[in-house]
Amino acid sequence: MTASTSTSTTTTTTTSTTTTGAPPRLMPLYGSDNLASHVAMHGAPPYPAAGHLVRLLADAGLRGHGGAGFPVHRKLAYVAEAGRRTGRKPVVVANGAESEPASAKDRTLLLRAPHLVLDGLQLAAAAVGADEAHLAVEAGTGLAAALQNAAAKRARAGLDRLTVEFTEVPRRFLSGESSALAEHLSGRAALPRYPQPPVRERGVGRAPTLVQNVETLAHLALIARYGAAWFRSVGTADEPGSMLCTVHIAGRRPEVVEAPLSAPLRRLLMLGQGDPVQAVLVGGYHGAWIPAAHALGLRLSDADLAPYGAAPGAGVLAALPADRCGLAETARVLRYLALQSAGQCGPCLNGLPRIAAAFTELARPGYPAGVREDIARWAGLVVGRGACHHPDGTVRLVRSALTAFAGEADAHAAGFCRATDQTPLLPLPEGN
Amino acid sequence: MDQQISVGVDWTACQGHGLCAELLPEHITLDEWGYPLLDGTPVHRTAVKRARRAAADCPVLALKLKLNTVANTASS
Ligand SMILES: Cc1cc2nc3c(=O)[nH]c(=O)nc-3n(C[C@H](O)[C@H](O)[C@H](O)COP(=O)(O)O)c2cc1C
Ligand code: SF4
Ligand code: SF4
Repeated sequence: MTASTSTSTTTTTTTSTTTTGAPPRLMPLYGSDNLASHVAMHGAPPYPAAGHLVRLLADAGLRGHGGAGFPVHRKLAYVAEAGRRTGRKPVVVANGAESEPASAKDRTLLLRAPHLVLDGLQLAAAAVGADEAHLAVEAGTGLAAALQNAAAKRARAGLDRLTVEFTEVPRRFLSGESSALAEHLSGRAALPRYPQPPVRERGVGRAPTLVQNVETLAHLALIARYGAAWFRSVGTADEPGSMLCTVHIAGRRPEVVEAPLSAPLRRLLMLGQGDPVQAVLVGGYHGAWIPAAHALGLRLSDADLAPYGAAPGAGVLAALPADRCGLAETARVLRYLALQSAGQCGPCLNGLPRIAAAFTELARPGYPAGVREDIARWAGLVVGRGACHHPDGTVRLVRSALTAFAGEADAHAAGFCRATDQTPLLPLPEGN
Repeated sequence: MDQQISVGVDWTACQGHGLCAELLPEHITLDEWGYPLLDGTPVHRTAVKRARRAAADCPVLALKLKLNTVANTASS
C-alpha cells in the first residue's frame, strides 16, 4: 500500500505501511490530520494521575526516536524530579527539527498525524508538571503554520492544558541537537553548548527541560491510551514497538514506512530484489555503512546492528547499488557535515574539514599515500572532543566507510575506480 | 570519603592556549592543533591543588573540574 502525499513539504516522499505484516500504528492511512477523525479514532488525550505515565512508559519500554534511543521514562522522571527539587516548573520541547537531510519521517508524521504529536506533548507536559510547551520545526518547511492551525482547533475543543509555542529553527544540521534547541528557545543562537549542566537540568530559560523527538511523543500518546502490552505487541521483548523509517532506494522516491523493531533490513530495503546492492547505510549521516552481504541477514534492532557500530536511531536506511562508489558518496556527505560544524570547538573545527578533504582525495583513483592513515588519526582526535556529538557521529560514518569500502579504497590506491554510475544516492540540502 | 575529581573542557570556549597542559602535564597533553588531550583518569590527590589552579588560570575559564558521580549517559 502506498499513498503519495500531495503537500509541498513532502513532494519527494511517499508513505506506506510496512510490508512486514504489522498493523499501522502511528500513521493510519485515513487522514488523522483532521481533529474530528483523530478524536473519533483515539478519544481526547487521557491525562493520567501523577507518576502513572512514567510507570506506563517504563513498562512499555519506549525509547527516543531522535537518534540516541534513550529510555523515555527515565528522562521524564528526571525532569519531574528536577522541577520539584529546583522549584522551577519544567519546560517541554517537542523536537520536530528533523535536521538530518536524509530523514523525512518527522515532517511526514507532523503532516499526517499532528494531533498524536500534540497529544503527546500535552501528556508529557502534564507528567513532568511543566508550565511551558514548545514545538520546534525547521524553517522553510511550512509546517509551523499548519500546526498552528491544528492547535487553534484543539484550543476551541478544549483539549489542551497548555498553549503550545511553535518555533522555526534555522535550516542547519545542528539545530535539532537538544542544547542548540534549548539555546534557540532561550533567545540565543541555535548552537550546542557545554553539556554541563544538562538540558534536562537547566534548559529553556534555565528551567529543567524535557526535549523529546516528535515521533517519541506520538508513541507516548498511543501508549497512554492503549497501554504497554499493546505497544509490546510488535517488536521483541528487549526492543519493543514500532518506528518510522525513511528508506532510500536508488531510482525511487524516498519512502517513509512504519516498521516493527526487529523487522529484517532485507525486507525494508528490498535487498535481493532488483538491482544488486553493495552496502546499506543505517542511521543516517551519523550512522554506519554495513556491507550488503552482512546487512541481508540483519534486523532493525540494536542487538543486530551494534556489532557494526550502528543502531536503528532515527530510522534512516539507504541501499547503495553495486555500481556506485561508496567513497564518493561518503565524501559528499562528509563535506556537508564538516560545513555544518558550528566551528565552536577546536578539534571539530580543525578535524572535520581535514577529514572531509582527505576523504575527497580517497574518493579519487590514484590518491596520495598516507591519506587513509591521516583520516584514521584525525578521526581519533575529534571523537569525544566537542560540546555535542557531531564529531562522534561523523567519525562513526567515517570508520564504517573505511571498513565497508576498503576494497574500493584499495582499487583507488591502485589507480582505478570500480563504479560506473556517478549518480548521487544520498540527499543533501541545495547548495551542498 | 574522598571525592574523585577529573578535568573536562568546555570546547566551545577553549582557544588552545595550552596553559593547562603546562600546569597538569600528567593529565593533559596537546594535540597537533594545540588543543588539550585529556587522559580521562581521576586527578590524584596530590595534584588536586594544581588542577584547581589550572582551571582558575585558564584565560577563558574553559577547563572544568568535575566531581565524579555515577555517569549518566542521557544526551539531553
Ligand atoms: C548534531 C545533532 C543533531 C540532532 N538533530 C536532531 C533532530 O533534528 N531531531 C531530533 O529529534 N533529535 C535530534 N538530535 C537528538 C537530540 O539531541 C535529542 O537527543 C532528542 O531530540 C531527544 O529526543 P528523544 O529522546 O525523543 O529521541 C540531534 C543530535 C545531534 C548530536
Ligand atoms: S562539536 Fe562541532 S558541531 Fe558540536 S558544538 Fe562543537 S564545533 Fe559545533
Ligand atoms: S588553558 Fe584553557 S583555553 Fe588553554 S588549552 Fe587549556 S582549556 Fe583550552
